Amino acid sequence: MLKTFPKGGVHPPENKISAGIPIEILPLPGQVIIPVCQHLGAPAEPVVDKGDEVKAGQVIAHSKGFVSANIHSSVSGKVLKIDKMLDASGYKQTSIVINVEGDEWLDSVDRSNKLIKDVSLTGEEIIKKCAENGIVGMGGATFPSHVKLSIPPGKKCDVLIINGVECEPYLTSDHRLMLEKTEELLTGTTLLMKALGVSRALIGIENNKKDAIKKLESLAREYEGISIHPLKVKYPQGAEKQLIKALINREVPSGGLPVDVGTVVHNVGTAYAVYEAIQKNKPLVERVVTISGKDMDKPLNLLTRIGTPLSKLIEHAGGLPDNTAKVVNGGPMMGKALGSLEIPVTKGTSGIIIFSEEESRRKETGPCIRCTKCISICPMGLEPYLLMTLTEKELYDRSEKERIMDCMECGSCSFTCPANRPLLDYIRLGKANVGRIIRERKQ
Amino acid sequence: MSSAVLITIISLSLLGITAALILYFVAQKFKVYEDPRIDEVEAVLPGANCGGCGFAGCRNFAEALVKSETFEGLNCPVGGSETMEKVAKILDREAPEVEPRVAVVRCNGTHDSRKKTSYYDGAMNCTIAHNLYGGDNDCPYGCLGLGECVDACDFGAMYMDSETGLPVVIDDKCVACGACVKACPRDIIELRKKARKDRKIYVSCVNKDKGGPARKACSVACIGCGKCEKVCNFDAITIENNLAFIDSDKCKLCRKCEPECPTGAILEINFPPRKTEQKKEPEKAEA
Repeated sequence: MLKTFPKGGVHPPENKISAGIPIEILPLPGQVIIPVCQHLGAPAEPVVDKGDEVKAGQVIAHSKGFVSANIHSSVSGKVLKIDKMLDASGYKQTSIVINVEGDEWLDSVDRSNKLIKDVSLTGEEIIKKCAENGIVGMGGATFPSHVKLSIPPGKKCDVLIINGVECEPYLTSDHRLMLEKTEELLTGTTLLMKALGVSRALIGIENNKKDAIKKLESLAREYEGISIHPLKVKYPQGAEKQLIKALINREVPSGGLPVDVGTVVHNVGTAYAVYEAIQKNKPLVERVVTISGKDMDKPLNLLTRIGTPLSKLIEHAGGLPDNTAKVVNGGPMMGKALGSLEIPVTKGTSGIIIFSEEESRRKETGPCIRCTKCISICPMGLEPYLLMTLTEKELYDRSEKERIMDCMECGSCSFTCPANRPLLDYIRLGKANVGRIIRERKQ
Repeated sequence: MSSAVLITIISLSLLGITAALILYFVAQKFKVYEDPRIDEVEAVLPGANCGGCGFAGCRNFAEALVKSETFEGLNCPVGGSETMEKVAKILDREAPEVEPRVAVVRCNGTHDSRKKTSYYDGAMNCTIAHNLYGGDNDCPYGCLGLGECVDACDFGAMYMDSETGLPVVIDDKCVACGACVKACPRDIIELRKKARKDRKIYVSCVNKDKGGPARKACSVACIGCGKCEKVCNFDAITIENNLAFIDSDKCKLCRKCEPECPTGAILEINFPPRKTEQKKEPEKAEA
């Protein structure tokens, strides 16, 4: 019996079309747009000016505060302007636009493919280097990694969890990374273990990635303390709290963090980025992005420089099919439809999914018939139908009591609702309002 | 009569009298004094419970009116000065001068002036759409056109114009309760001073982008050029964040600014045609 989390969950069609396609390197674009806020927390502050020459790997925006991250130039060239540009949030954010000239890197960056397994740095040095190199969570939430690695005083962490679940349909970037960069990933895990001072790391992978599990299992024997755990395929297993429950059967308290139950979760993408940052001195300037969709000419996994406009990726993958109706940034369950294709790839872009008219159409909404399907699938044990009604009626005190802030916006409720009610849309609205009320109360 | 009936009548009467006595004394003991004027004041208030005064309902507002020494900060926008005079009479005070106000939608981004760049198919609620993205065109400040303000209006004073995709305020019905102002996630609607014959001059734009991007997004956007500010003799116009704003309390409706605007972002409504344009018909053509 494979492990999984006990409460709720759904199993949407997997559609992992690009799972068998090796990672390809995307040619350099002519221009990159690098937003100064690609992470959770305070936006970084630009340290370059219009007209400056920059090299790939150079810091172009400095982190501001503890919960923030450095931003590096992903290309070499000239800064065209620092202006407000549209990003995946749907709004214009301060971004640094660079015209690409050649491909010169900082001398300190080791770009060879040679595997370096020996770890010479201490835990503190590793954390410091993560911060310098702008490492953030690559699973999508983009929480600065150095913050996660710095265990608050009084808390203890005894096990590291590496998230290789990739439970979103279509997405295959983590899967390919586990297959192609296995040793780097395991070394990265060792580095993370050292930074946290733990002796045990568990890598959780859903059982639909058998090749990756096999390869990791055979190689992990050489690494002390790392074990591979196949998991039953169920969405949203990639969510932190669900993965912790599935792997080590601990429950993160409401409003708490994984460190409250003695663990820290990092994505496989992050582990790889940490390897590159520590062993190769390479900042986070590129990532693997899945381009997929049922009608795409050639679905791909592209190693892309941060800041590349999405239109370049789509062009490389054969262009948009004629019947395209929606382009989604991220997976189909949690991702967000985009209003423009000139939006750049950021540190948290895991995939671009292209949907046809037929797939993307929202079906007609009906009244709630109290079937309780949403309650039975909610992995957090909430009552989505109630939270939606409370938000509609603006009863925010009650929604707070009904733990609306525990919702992680996995979208299982909207997915399963037979009346096609926009449950998640309203819950998000409620969360925004309740969050505001809580912040105001604290002041 | 049988004795059973008699006993019943007597015992029930005794019971009734005892209960009445207890109730009388309890009522005396726990009596709460309430100013009778509160009821009187409440009676002259409109009873819409719209919340326009800032209180939960007309009763709460009446309590506040009776309690306060002056009428400072207290005003019923629905009833206007007429109602406030009645209240003043009851409370034997001087009624303050209240200027009537009216809601104004500060966005003129019709389907023609703003090019659609995407389609929205999520929940039909402005706040949800606003939290999600900048809008189905390039202007991230303008009206989303999903009509949350219309839903918020309790007085039927707003409707969506299907041709322009923008909400319209019916001046005669608007009571300036401010429900639409609160409902709009983009702060587009403003309560402006009501002038004679419902005349108004205002900047129908809230785009804070620089001139270039603003103009690109919408052909009638305010580009913050400052021309209107220069011609204004009453310091009514201020420019902040690339956006002009005409203060309705200072504006004398002199109409100097409107022809200066290069994009036509300043609207003048309910004015007679300008003399220079139609010399044959002098001012009597007023509507």
